[in-house]
Amino acid sequence: MNIVVCIKQVPDSDKVTIDRETNRLNRAGVPSIINPFDENALEMALQLKDNHGGKVTVLSMGPPQAEEALRTALSLGADEAILVSDRKFGGADTWATSYTLSLALKKIEDPIDLILFGKQAIDGDTAQVGPGVAHFYGVPMITYAKECEVTDDGFRVKQVTDRGYNLWEVEKPAALTVVKEANELRMPNLRKKLAAKKAEIPTWGFDDLNPDEEKIGLSGSPTKVNKVFAPPIKLNKEILSGEPADMVKELIFKLREKKVL
Amino acid sequence: MSTKKEIWVYAEQENGKLAGTVFELLSEGRKLAEKSGFTLCALLASADGKPMHQELFNYGAKKIYNVEDPKLVTYQNDYFAKVVDQLLKSEEPEIVLYGASTIGRSIAPTVAVMGWAGLTADCTELDFDTERNILLQTRPAFGGNIMATIICPDHRPQMATVRSNVFKKERVSENETGEVIDVTVDLSDVPERMKRIESVEEEINMVDLKAAEYIVSGGRGIGAPENFDKIEKLANMLGGAVGASRATVDAGWISHHHQVGQTGKTVCPLIYIACGISGAIQHLAGMQSADLIIAINKDPDAPIFDVADFGLVGDLHEVVPEFTKQIAALKA
Repeated sequence: MNIVVCIKQVPDSDKVTIDRETNRLNRAGVPSIINPFDENALEMALQLKDNHGGKVTVLSMGPPQAEEALRTALSLGADEAILVSDRKFGGADTWATSYTLSLALKKIEDPIDLILFGKQAIDGDTAQVGPGVAHFYGVPMITYAKECEVTDDGFRVKQVTDRGYNLWEVEKPAALTVVKEANELRMPNLRKKLAAKKAEIPTWGFDDLNPDEEKIGLSGSPTKVNKVFAPPIKLNKEILSGEPADMVKELIFKLREKKVL
Repeated sequence: MSTKKEIWVYAEQENGKLAGTVFELLSEGRKLAEKSGFTLCALLASADGKPMHQELFNYGAKKIYNVEDPKLVTYQNDYFAKVVDQLLKSEEPEIVLYGASTIGRSIAPTVAVMGWAGLTADCTELDFDTERNILLQTRPAFGGNIMATIICPDHRPQMATVRSNVFKKERVSENETGEVIDVTVDLSDVPERMKRIESVEEEINMVDLKAAEYIVSGGRGIGAPENFDKIEKLANMLGGAVGASRATVDAGWISHHHQVGQTGKTVCPLIYIACGISGAIQHLAGMQSADLIIAINKDPDAPIFDVADFGLVGDLHEVVPEFTKQIAALKA
């Protein structure tokens, strides 16, 4: 079985802070990681490979340094990695990213059985690229997958919903986005880690994918950022300090005054 | 761009039951309609739409695009995407809003790709710029560390998803009227690539944060997983639910069902009490529409105090049990 896992390198957003004076993000020195949900997608792929054999390819679109994320994926057990990178792809929103990634999938020669994504990336939190790629590539899509079993002609997939779950049967090839609850992650393997360091990772750029130039990067992106700002600060607030018993007493008095308690 | 001056709300339904978010979107859509002068419409794809029409009118839809087919009884992405895509292309609305549910977050990106439309996920605020005639879509960005307003200047429709509990629902009246436009979409040529074989609603151990009137949440500042005990005691005393920050869920201190924030649940209680939560924007995105916010934190500079109505600067390990004690005394 051939599985492709699409991963994204993201800044570790817990470590990003905001400068209240300039309204800018302090991004210097913030480490880059594999998007956590993509790690669960990779783990799902590796478990399917452990049980059914086959090959796991990781695919990532990003700047040259995204290669680091691909090497981490190789050290976890992925067999091959491909980086999609070109200045012309820069500035892409989810539409243009989905289009570009789908061209890379079409360029992979072995027939693909399953394409996995994390349910969303923690930097953009849009959850749009998985469904977008699935449509461009022309395969059925199931979002928020928690379990995936192999059947005779496809997969049986448990999809987490807002109130419970749905069970789907989907033919292959198919695409899934994977939730965190799907699995526990494995540790990198030392031998694979060494191999991953030396692995050849091909970079596919504009000339390799031969895209419609209108549909990539900034020009292919329908959405634009109009402005960026820090959230507003509440003005009529009361800050209490002092002895816990006194603070709480005052708070409760005020809450009762407002008739909310 | 010769689009129709219409704002559509995607009326998500399953088995003839409309999702709650639909009413929230219609309520917010009315404000946008008023500001833009556009007509508020609902797109309803179902097996039998008529029983749902009155409620859609009551929340402000002036026009319902009604598509019926036995295949549309429950959600299946290929069918619903074909319906929405066909209508967007034939009717060309200016704006389309979807709930950011499992269903909305599957259909919306699919049809966005099909029509080269712009789509902004999980908006927390929508506004209309009357000068440029565009939708202003505001959402947390960069992992929820900052807010961004997204626009879609050159492509139509402008589409956005909004999570439940972000906007308040408000009925216009009990007997609003409007126009129903029946549209037929041929689904016979859609290949059956996936089939739903079971659908289960789980209620066991579900933390009902969305319905809770009082929520007491713990963040990294509680120090250790066992300290959620103190949070829980206060929540129980108030008859409320326990929430948690992403940091505590990621650390494995509490189940993800409790997570409040951009990647967790969006909540809208009467009172939200944030204990030891620093107040990352991704957390604020999930709770800032609470009627009243109380922050308990020993760091007076914690950003959570920026959004709080009441801030208690102190050690939560003392303040929270004291709070529980005084509420208990009040009830006695």
